[in-house]
Amino acid sequence: MSADSATGAAKVSRRRLLGWGGAGLALGVAATGGAAAAAIGVSDDPEPRLGDAVPFYGPHQAGIATPVQDRLHFAAFDVTTDDRDALVALLKEWTRAAARMTAGRPVGEGAVGGLPEAPPDDTGEALGLKPSRLTLTVGFGPTLFAKDGEDRFGLADRRPPALIDLPAFPGDDLDPARSGGDLCVQACADDPQVAVHAIRNLARIGFGKVSVRWSQLGFGKTSSTTPEAQTPRNLMGFKDGTRNISGTDTAALNEHVWVQPQDGPPWMVGGSYLVARRIAMNIETWDRAPLKEQEDIFGRTKGEGAPYGKKHEHDEPDLNALPADSHVRLAHPDSNGGARILRRGYSYTDGTDGLGRLDAGLFFLAYQRDIRRGFLPLQTRLARSDALNEYIRHVGSAVFAIPPGVRDAADWWGKELFA
Amino acid sequence: MRAIRLPHGAAVAVTAAVALVSVSACADKDGGGGGSDAIQVTASDTECKVSRTEFPAGHVTLAVHNTGSKVTEVYIYAPGDRIVTERENIGPGTRAEITAEVKAGSYEIACKPGMRGDGIRQKVTATGQGAPRPNDPRLDRAIAEYRRYVQEQADATLPKAEKFAAAVKAGDVAEAKKTYAVSRIGWERTEPVAESFGDIDPKVDVREDGLEQGQTWTGWHRLEKALWKDGKIGEEEKKLADQLIVDLKDWQKRVGTADITATGMANGAKELLDEVATGKVTGEEERYSHTDLVDFQANVEGAQKAYELLKPVVSEKDPALAKELDERFAALYELLDEHRDKGSPDGFVSYDTVGKDERKKLSDGVNALAEPLSKLAAAVAK
Repeated sequence: MSADSATGAAKVSRRRLLGWGGAGLALGVAATGGAAAAAIGVSDDPEPRLGDAVPFYGPHQAGIATPVQDRLHFAAFDVTTDDRDALVALLKEWTRAAARMTAGRPVGEGAVGGLPEAPPDDTGEALGLKPSRLTLTVGFGPTLFAKDGEDRFGLADRRPPALIDLPAFPGDDLDPARSGGDLCVQACADDPQVAVHAIRNLARIGFGKVSVRWSQLGFGKTSSTTPEAQTPRNLMGFKDGTRNISGTDTAALNEHVWVQPQDGPPWMVGGSYLVARRIAMNIETWDRAPLKEQEDIFGRTKGEGAPYGKKHEHDEPDLNALPADSHVRLAHPDSNGGARILRRGYSYTDGTDGLGRLDAGLFFLAYQRDIRRGFLPLQTRLARSDALNEYIRHVGSAVFAIPPGVRDAADWWGKELFA
Repeated sequence: MRAIRLPHGAAVAVTAAVALVSVSACADKDGGGGGSDAIQVTASDTECKVSRTEFPAGHVTLAVHNTGSKVTEVYIYAPGDRIVTERENIGPGTRAEITAEVKAGSYEIACKPGMRGDGIRQKVTATGQGAPRPNDPRLDRAIAEYRRYVQEQADATLPKAEKFAAAVKAGDVAEAKKTYAVSRIGWERTEPVAESFGDIDPKVDVREDGLEQGQTWTGWHRLEKALWKDGKIGEEEKKLADQLIVDLKDWQKRVGTADITATGMANGAKELLDEVATGKVTGEEERYSHTDLVDFQANVEGAQKAYELLKPVVSEKDPALAKELDERFAALYELLDEHRDKGSPDGFVSYDTVGKDERKKLSDGVNALAEPLSKLAAAVAK
């Protein structure tokens, strides 16, 4: 990513892009943002090479249906300016910076080679690193549209009805300092330094206009959008995301994830809604739970991940064979009128809590077409009855409207919203 | 400190100090006169004649003859009124010799009859290799103005610090606490310049955790701890109060010799905000007295002074940056004003009463200003 190696890195990523999705289609889109963009956002390559660049431009933002990377840095921002123009200018600048960083290039004039008197535009820690499948996904929180009854940016009437404020669920133990936010940026990459670099540089560009409200590092993806690949495990040791929506299942994505034209509002078509929950695990007590209890709680075996009464992980569960309060049974679409969400969460560990216990859990990220038909009914059921609740606490919560993808170099995050 | 180019600045200061010592010796011995290479300076009450306005760079000797009726002093100034060397107290009818190591470039020799004001100036040139490209004259003016500001701040600090020291020496804890924070304002406004001398800052402004192995803790913060944490003044503290004044007088005397450049001013402004970001917003600087907001305000004022002086150039080279800085300075002052307390001796509430959310707002305000301020040096250098 250095000025010197930028050309080299760009060459590598371009050559690889040619192989990505075949026939150089992706390259054409990345370079021109043309009509072929429809192919972007969905990859049929289950095991893309780790250093690759993920195309930034397309009808949907990358970082949702694209294959899940290994690392996360998620940041929620408060907008500190009341100036709509300043906010718009920031979103444009963020978009420009994101297009460069996701291609493996440094921000602005780069990290080196500029005026010796000036601090470099780019902070430099990603120099020489590959694009690492970095995706940057932006969302707008409810408080961007109106905060404490104040319509700061003239957006109050543009808030989508599907972007609801979540009710207080039983057992919620939410920390306001880890909840909410006017804006969010989800940075995912296979190299944690690349993800952190991206958030750091966007935060820096934002000083005076936005301020980081909270942020979360994640490792070890807990869900995959590539079901052919091995299902990852969460910190409780169970496979997670076995029946997640596949990034290649266009029909399911349109049914459950992407906002459709008939849903409205128009500026959200092609977008999605994100629910982020920081779910702390009582790691130590969980580890003392007998294997049978652990398996009863999930309704799946720990080793294979097979649903009770079946042999293999991917066998269709017979819900009646699962304990009534098991997590899998309660969360299954058949228990929820067919509701499905696309999970993209990560494990987290923020060290220890001062009492010698791991401060760890799941940073749950779920994308859906409408929160009222996705997370809301699911969590209502889980919060009431899930046997897992004994071992987890929801300590942070936020919802965001995820606008559609940036189409080309003239487009920017939120252009339709601010039109 | 980086901004004021420490190695060079320190070297000049040392040269000047050595020169002064040798001058005293010369003047005492033979009353001066100078060798044949010396530049003759004839200082009257109304004139400052020099025998040559061009001389080779290197070792330079001024042979001064005060032909006037007033005590005079003679300075060599580099651009921006940096003192290269000076000689005070040259009596009527007496002679003195001044020496200095001078690099190629433009200088001014100033005679100050009555030892006041800017003096009667003569432009001179040291010829030779490596003469610096002349500055934008607006920048030289800005530097000279800033140097005047720095000196004023040092001059104004001494009486306040003496009041504080007197209270300590009188064993009056309450009065010492009242006068502590205000005695630091001039220092905090101009700290990057003071830091450029390297040896003064560790004596007067070091915190306990900043001490090196074997270093004796002296200065303001040592007394702060005695007053607020221990709540008593002993013999040791009284001695330290005297020492503080000695060290601050050293600062006051040397501050005019600092090697200040326009980019150095700009970086100094940024560094003042760094001070706020790392020490004041966190409450670490004044951990016992909790008078951090006084330092905070002073740091911002010092940064703003440097910026205002550079503004004529910045507004032309990067008007958007100037506009942004104007707004951000104003916004930060507004935030600080929310924490004013008329009943407090220093005008601000105690920082331990400022909650986490309020501190976050202050931190956001500092970041909002410091980020564009970090671009000031490049705008000046363009």
